[in-house]
Amino acid sequence: MADLLDIRNLKIEATSYPPGEKPRRVILVDDVSVSLQKGRVLGLIGESGAGKSTIGLAAMAFGRGGVRLTGGEVLLNGRNIRGAGPSDLRALRGKEVTYVAQSAAAAFNPAKKLMEQVIETSLLHKVMTRPEAEARAVELFRKLGLPKPETFGGRYPHQVSGGQLQRAMTAMALCPKPDLVIFDEPTTALDVTTQIDVLAAIKEAIHDQGVAAIYITHDLAVVAQVADDIMVLRHGKTVEYGPTDQIINRPGQAYTQALVSVREIAHEEKPPAAPILKVDAVTARYRGTNFDVLKKVTVDVAPGQTLAIVGESGSGKSTLARAITGLLPPGSGGITFAGRKLSADLAGRTRDDLRELQMIYQMADTAMNPRQTVGTIIGRPLEFYFGLKGAEKARKVAELLDQIEMGKGFAERYPAELSGGQKQRVCIARALAAKPKLIICDEVTSALDPLVADGILKLLLSLQAQEGVAYLFITHDLATVRAIADKIAVMYRGEVVRYGQKSDVLAPPFDDYTDLLLSSVPEMRLGWLEEVLGRRRMESAGN
Amino acid sequence: MRIPFSALLGLTVLTLMVLSAVFAPLIAPCGLNDTVGKVWESPSAAFWFGTDTIGRDILSRLLYGGQVTIFVALASSALAFSMGAFFGFLAVVRGGWVDTLLSRIVDIMMAVPSLIVALVVLSVLPLTLSTLILVMGILDSTRVFRLSRAVAADIAVMDYVEAARLRGEGQIWIIFREILPNAMSPLVAEFGMRFIFAVLFISTLSFLGLGIQPPLADWGGMVRENKDGLVYGKSAALVPALAIAVLAIAVNLVADWVLSRTTSLKGGRNG
Repeated sequence: MADLLDIRNLKIEATSYPPGEKPRRVILVDDVSVSLQKGRVLGLIGESGAGKSTIGLAAMAFGRGGVRLTGGEVLLNGRNIRGAGPSDLRALRGKEVTYVAQSAAAAFNPAKKLMEQVIETSLLHKVMTRPEAEARAVELFRKLGLPKPETFGGRYPHQVSGGQLQRAMTAMALCPKPDLVIFDEPTTALDVTTQIDVLAAIKEAIHDQGVAAIYITHDLAVVAQVADDIMVLRHGKTVEYGPTDQIINRPGQAYTQALVSVREIAHEEKPPAAPILKVDAVTARYRGTNFDVLKKVTVDVAPGQTLAIVGESGSGKSTLARAITGLLPPGSGGITFAGRKLSADLAGRTRDDLRELQMIYQMADTAMNPRQTVGTIIGRPLEFYFGLKGAEKARKVAELLDQIEMGKGFAERYPAELSGGQKQRVCIARALAAKPKLIICDEVTSALDPLVADGILKLLLSLQAQEGVAYLFITHDLATVRAIADKIAVMYRGEVVRYGQKSDVLAPPFDDYTDLLLSSVPEMRLGWLEEVLGRRRMESAGN
Repeated sequence: MRIPFSALLGLTVLTLMVLSAVFAPLIAPCGLNDTVGKVWESPSAAFWFGTDTIGRDILSRLLYGGQVTIFVALASSALAFSMGAFFGFLAVVRGGWVDTLLSRIVDIMMAVPSLIVALVVLSVLPLTLSTLILVMGILDSTRVFRLSRAVAADIAVMDYVEAARLRGEGQIWIIFREILPNAMSPLVAEFGMRFIFAVLFISTLSFLGLGIQPPLADWGGMVRENKDGLVYGKSAALVPALAIAVLAIAVNLVADWVLSRTTSLKGGRNG
C-alpha cells in the first residue's frame, strides 16, 4: 500500500534577525524523512526548538512566520506538495490534512458558536451539506464523549471547559473526513485528570475514523499511549525513528535513553521534624469575590525538607503561596514562620521575614527584569539584605553562579541571552542569595523540557542538602513530587484532601480524588492507557 | 543596526537645525534685532531669506529664533516627561486612592482644552521663559501621565516586580529600577512626538502674542510679525513657518523609527 504521507529529506529554513547584526539563515529542520500509512499514528517528540511542530506543519506544506521549506519532498497521497501554489494548498488544507492546535482556548473564535466553527471547513470545501456536516459533528461529539452531544454545538467556546474545547477542536479536525490529522501538543495545557480523557477520546477517534495522525508532544509517556511509530528529534535532526515498542523499551540512542529514564530521581524521605513554617487553618478569598479560594488550609514544613502541594489548576495551590508570602492577606487563620507569627500583610513584615522566605516562579522569563544583567539580578538581594558592595558582591555572585552550575562568565549577560533552564537557575540563585530558610517553588519546572526540568530538580535537591533550605513545592506533576517531596498535601477546590509523609500519601488506601489524580499520570509503558480506562470502567460497573 | 533612509534624513536635518541654533551667534550674518535693510526685501545674496517687517535679516532671526523655540520645547517636554512619567508610575505602584486621585486630577485638566488653559494662565502670570516652560510642561504632562500609567500597568504585574516587592524594595527602587528601564522605549518614542507638539504649541502661543516676548525671537512669533506681508505676496512669513514644518517632519521621522523599532513583536523589549 502506498504511503499516505511521505516526507523525504525535508529541509526547513528561516531567517533570523538578531538585533544589531545582519539577518542570517537558520536551518530549523535538516534532512528529516518520515512515512506514514493510513490508519497509523506517528509521534514526534523532542524538546522545545527541536523542530517537531515545524515538521508537523510541513505535512500541510505550511511554514509559520518566515519559515520556508527549502529542500526535500513532501508527498501527500503521492504528489509533492512542497512548493505547490496557494490555491492548491488552500484546496488541500482543511480537507485532506487538518490541524489541532495546542491551545484550544486561543484557537476558537469566542464570538461564534462551536457548531459553526466545527463544520466550517467541511462546508468551505463542499465536502458535505450543512445538515450532513451537523449530523457528523454531533456524531463526533458523541464519540469524543462530550456532554449532551445534540446541543453541545450550540454553546460558545467560553461556556465549555478546556478539556471539552480540546475535544471540540478534535471534532473540528475530524469533521471533513481528512486523510491526515496533525495534533500539536493537544493535551499539554490540560490537567492530568483531564488529559487522560482527552487522550482516550483522541485515540479512539483516530482508530474509529481510520485516519492517519501525527501526534506532536514533548511527553514521551503520552505519545507512547497513542503512537504506532515514534520519531525523536533534537536540534532539527532525527535522533531515532522506530516503532513505539522499540523506542520505549529498547532505545538505541543515548538521548532517547535519557528521555525514557527521566524523572527517575531516587529521593529518600526524611523523617518528620519540628516545623519551620506552620500554616494554620488559613482561609482566603480575592478582593471583591465571595468565594473562598482557600478553605481552612493547615500544612507545615520542616527545616531542610520539602512539602509538595499537588492539585489541578484552580485548586488553590498558587493562592496558598500568595497567602504565605503576604501578597494575599488571609481572611482568617495564622502563619507561623521560624517561631515568629507572620504579619498577614506584606507591609507588616520585617526585613528578616522577607529575606528568609523566598520565592521562585513558574515563568523564569517574566520573573527577571529583562533590562538587568544576571549579575545585577543575583547581586541585588546581596546588596539589599547584607549590604555587600563592589568586589565582595561580585565574588559572592560568582560563587552563587558556581553553585547553580553556570560559572561567573554569565554575570554580564542579560536574561534574553539565556536558555529556559539557565533562566530558572538564575532565579534559584537570586532566591539563594538571600540565605533563606524556606523557598516557595511555584511550578518551577512545568515550563521546561523534561531533561532540563530534571537538571533543575537535581540542583534543588543538592542545594537543599548543602544549605539546609526547606522547599514548599507547588506542582501539578506527580512525577516531580515523587522525585523531591518529603511530605505531600493534595489540594482540591481550595481544600487539603490528603496530607502527610510522602510514603503515607502515596500508599493505599486512597481517597477518590487522590486515586483519580495518581492513576491519571501517564506511565512510560505501552498499554497503560487501556489498562487504566479498563480498570475505571470495571470499578464504575462494580459500583 | 540598520537605520532606514527616512530616519537618517530626519536625524541629519535635526542635527543640522540643533547645531545651527546652538552656534547661531557664530553663524548669523547680522544681529538679532539689527535693522539692516528695507522692509520686506526679497531674498538676495546679502539677505538669503529676505528681510522682515522692520527690515531685520530673516536668516539671522531664524537662527536665533531656533535657539529659543527648540530650547523651550525641549525644556517643557523634559518637564512634562519627568512629571508625567513619575506620577504615572507612582499611580500604578501605589494603586488605590493615590491612583484614583492622580487620575481624576489629570482627567479634570484634560477636560479643558490645553490652549485655552494656557491662554488664561499666561494672560495672568508674568510672561517669562520659565513660566512659559512651566505652564507648557504641566499641561503636557497630563498626556504623558496617561501613557506612562498604561505602560507601567502592564509592567507592574510582571513577576519580577512582584519579586522586588517580596524582597521588600521601596517604591523608588521599583519605579526607577524595575519599571522605568522597561518603559523607556515607548516613552522615548512618545518624547519625539511630544517635543514636536511643544514646538507647535509654543509657536501657536507666540503667534497669538502670549508666547515668547520681544526682544527674544521665536519661529511662531516671526510668522505673526510677518503675516501681513502675505497680503503683498512677501515670503517673509513663510520661511519660519517652513522651518517649523521641517523640524516637525524631521522629529516625526526619527520618532517613527524609534516606535517601529520598539513595538515590533519579536524581541521588542529586548531589542
